Amino acid sequence: MSVNNTRMVSFDGTTPKARRLNARQTQAIAKATIWAAAVLVILILFAIIFYILSKGIPELDWEFVSEIPSDMGRSGGILSPIIGTLAVTAVAIVIAAPLGVGTAFYLTEYTYEGGITRIIRFGAESLAGIPSIVYGLFGFIFFVIYLKLGWSIVSGGLTLAVMILPTIIRTSEEAIRTVPQIYREVSLSLGGTRWQTITRAVVPSALPGIATGVILGIGRCVAETAAVILTAGSALRIPTSIFAPTRTMAVHFYILAREGISMERAYGTAALLIILILLINIVANILVNRFVARGR
Amino acid sequence: MTPGPRKSRTHGTLALTILTLPVIVTVSMLSACDRLPEANIVLAGSTSVQPFAEILAEEYMTLYPDISIDIEGGGSAAGILAVQSGTADVGMSSRTLKGDETKLWWVEIAKDGLAVVVHPDNPVRNLTLDQVRDIYTAIISDWSQIGGAKSEIHIFTREEGSGTRSAFESLVMGKVEITPRAMVQDSNGAVRQLVSDDAAAIGFISLGLVNDQVKAIALGSVAATRENVANGTYTLTRPFLFVARNEPTGSTRQFIDFTLSAEGREILNEEGLVTTVEGRP
Amino acid sequence: MRFSEKIPGRVLLVIAFSALSALVLITVFIFVEGVPLIARVGVFNFIFGMKWAPSQGAFGIFPMIVGSLSVTLGAIILGVPIALCCAIFLTEFAPATVRNAIRPAIQLLAGIPSVVYGFWGLIFVVPLIRNYIGGPGLSILAGSIILAIMILPTIISISEVSLLALPPPYREGAFALGATQWQTIHGVLLPAARSGILAAVILGMGRAIGETMAVIMVLGNAVAMPSSILDPARTLTTNIGIEMAYAAGEHRQALFATGIVLLVMIMILNSVAQYALRRRQDER
Repeated sequence: MSVNNTRMVSFDGTTPKARRLNARQTQAIAKATIWAAAVLVILILFAIIFYILSKGIPELDWEFVSEIPSDMGRSGGILSPIIGTLAVTAVAIVIAAPLGVGTAFYLTEYTYEGGITRIIRFGAESLAGIPSIVYGLFGFIFFVIYLKLGWSIVSGGLTLAVMILPTIIRTSEEAIRTVPQIYREVSLSLGGTRWQTITRAVVPSALPGIATGVILGIGRCVAETAAVILTAGSALRIPTSIFAPTRTMAVHFYILAREGISMERAYGTAALLIILILLINIVANILVNRFVARGR
Repeated sequence: MTPGPRKSRTHGTLALTILTLPVIVTVSMLSACDRLPEANIVLAGSTSVQPFAEILAEEYMTLYPDISIDIEGGGSAAGILAVQSGTADVGMSSRTLKGDETKLWWVEIAKDGLAVVVHPDNPVRNLTLDQVRDIYTAIISDWSQIGGAKSEIHIFTREEGSGTRSAFESLVMGKVEITPRAMVQDSNGAVRQLVSDDAAAIGFISLGLVNDQVKAIALGSVAATRENVANGTYTLTRPFLFVARNEPTGSTRQFIDFTLSAEGREILNEEGLVTTVEGRP
Repeated sequence: MRFSEKIPGRVLLVIAFSALSALVLITVFIFVEGVPLIARVGVFNFIFGMKWAPSQGAFGIFPMIVGSLSVTLGAIILGVPIALCCAIFLTEFAPATVRNAIRPAIQLLAGIPSVVYGFWGLIFVVPLIRNYIGGPGLSILAGSIILAIMILPTIISISEVSLLALPPPYREGAFALGATQWQTIHGVLLPAARSGILAAVILGMGRAIGETMAVIMVLGNAVAMPSSILDPARTLTTNIGIEMAYAAGEHRQALFATGIVLLVMIMILNSVAQYALRRRQDER
C-alpha cells in the first residue's frame, strides 16, 4: 500500500495543497467522464442496433423467410441463405462440440497440470487469436483444394469448427472446474470409475456451462463472414447435399449491401441476423444464470 | 440438487454419442472425397459475368427443373483455373484467353461495354480516352482541370486479377499503371455503390450494370450505350466468354446452347449486354 | 472395469490434441503455400517492399503493414479510454441494476457480425468524414472508428474482470486514508490491475489487426502508402480478403505469404497478452 500511496501523489502531479483543493473537483470531473463514456458505449450500441432494426424489421414477413432469392437477391426472400447458415453452423457444431468438450474433460478430469496440458492449452490459446481471414485461407487451401471438398457446406463447416474450437474448450473447461469436488469424491467412493464419475456426476452439473460455450460457438458461426466466403462459396441455390456450395446470411448481407443490389433485402437480412444473435445471447445468459444459481 | 440416477445415465449415453460423432463424420467426409459427380452444372469465374449467368441459370432452371446450376464468383483467372482443374464445368471470363488458356474450349456469349461512371450530379459529361488515362495515372487530380467543380478526384478501381480491371488496363491505360492511390473495390456493384455516394468519385463498371445511381461518361463524344457498342463506335468493350476444358456435352452443352439461343440472347440483351454470334474455335 | 477405465482416457487424449493438430495444420498449410514466394522475393523485399502489383511481379507489403498498424493504433487510441472508463463505471460506479442491464448489451455488441459494423460505418461514418473533415471518406480514420467500436467489448470485459478481481482491502485501505473514489481508482486500482488491463488492450489490438470484412468496407483499400489519417489504406487482412477470390499462381502464394506475416504478428501479440495475464495471476 505504501507504494501505492506514493503513486497517488505522483499521479496527481501537484503540490499537496493544490491537490486537496482539486480532489473533489477531479472526482467530479472523473465521475462525469466515466459516466459519459458508459453512456457513449450504450448510445453507439443503440445507434447501430436501432438503425438496422428500424430499417430491417419492416422488411420481415413470411415471404422474406420462406422464399428463395431471385434476381441475385433483389427480389424473393432469403430462404437459401437461412438454410445455408443453419447447415454450415450445424456441421461446425457437430464437429467442434465433441472435440472441444472432450478436450475440456481431458484437461480437467483425466490429467494433472503438466507438459501435456501446457501444450494443449498453448494450442487452444493460439487458435483463439488467429484472425478469421487466416482460417478462411486455411480452409480454402486445405478443405476446398487439398481435400477436394470444393466450396461446400462441409468445407465451411469444418473451417468454422476449427475456429470455434477454442471458445468451446475454454467455456467447457470453466464449467467443469466449477463442479464441486465433492461430487467426484462421492461418486468415486461409491466405487464408480472415472468415466462413470464424469458422465453421471460431473456432466449433468456442468451441462449448462458447456451448453453456453456451444451456444457462443453457434453465435460466432452465424456472424462469421470472411472465413465462410472463402470456403462455403456464395451460391444462392438451396443446397441439396452437404457437398454443395452455399451462402450464409452474413455473406448474403455483405454481398447485397456492398454491391448495392437491394438495400431493403440487406437491411432485412441484417435485422434477422441481429435478432438471431440476440436470441442466442439470451439463451446463453439464461443458461449461465441457471448454472451460477445451481453452483451456489 | 443432484440429478437422479436415471437422468444421469441418459446424460452419459448422450455424451458418448456426441463423442463418437466426429469419427462418423470424419469417415463419411473421407469417403466423400471420391464422391460421384452430381447431376448439376458448376459455373465459376468472372464476377462481371456472374450476375448475367445467374439470370440465365434462373431462367434455365425454371424450364428444366431437374437440372441445377451453381454459380460461383472468383474472377476470370480463378474461373479458368477451376475449369482446367475440373472444379467447375464452365468458366466465366470477362477477358480474352491468353497463353496456355487458348487450348481450352470457349465461346463468346456477349460483348460488354465498359462504362466510366461518375456521380449523377457531376457536371462532367464527356472525356477523351487520354483524359481518363490521365485521371487514372493521377496527372489530372482535380475535377476543375476537366470542367468540373473544384474538388479532388476520388479514383476507384478494381483489384488485381479482375477481368474488368485487366480490360480497362489494356483498353485505356496501355503501358502506364493505375495510380496506387486509387481505391480498390472487389466488385462492379461495390464501385457503383461508392461512386453513387461520392460526388467527386470516378470508377469503371460493366455497361450492363449502369443504372440511375451513376452517370456513364461519353468517351470522345461517343455515348456509352448498347447501340454504340453494337455498331462498334464505343470502343471500350470486352468479350464475355464461357470456357470449358473440352467441348462440353450433356447438360452443360444444353445450358450453353440455351445461352446462345434466341431466348438466351434476348435475356442478355435485355440486361444491357450486346450479343454476338461468333468465335467458336 | 479396467477396460472401461482406460478407453475413455485414451480417446479423450486423442481428442484433446485436436486443437493443437488444427494449429499445426493451419501453420503448415499456410507456410507451405506462402514461403516459396517469400523465398523467391526475399524476406526483406517482401516485408519492406513499397510496391504491390502482382500482375507485374511486384510483391511488397510494407504499405499494408503500415496500414494495419495505423488502423490498429487509431482503434486503440479511440477505443481504450472509452472502454476503460466503461469498465471502471461497471465495477465502481454503476448500481447493480444498471450493471446487469449493460453487461448483456456489451455482450450483444461483441456478437454483432462484423459486416454489420462495416456497413454501418459505410452509411454513417464515411459520409461524415467526407463531408465535414475531407478526403474520400474511406480512410484510416473511418477504419479506426469502426475498429474502436468493435474492440470495445473485448477490452471492457477483460478490464472489468481484472478490476473485480482486486481484493476489497485495496479499496477499503484507500478510502480509509481519505482518498476520493477517483484517487482510489487512479492511484490504487488501475495500477494494481494494470497487467490485466494491458492484456485486454493487447487482445483488443489482436482483434483489430485480424478484422477483415468491416475494414474492407470502410478503408478504401488503396495500395499506396497512406500519408494522413484521411487517406485510404489497405491492411494485411484486406489485402487477402479483397484479392483472394481472384488470385492464382504467384499472386495466390503472395496472399498466403501476407497471411504468414499476419499470423506472426498475431502470435507475437498473443504471447505478450498471455504473458501479461499470467503475470496478473502470479501477482495475486
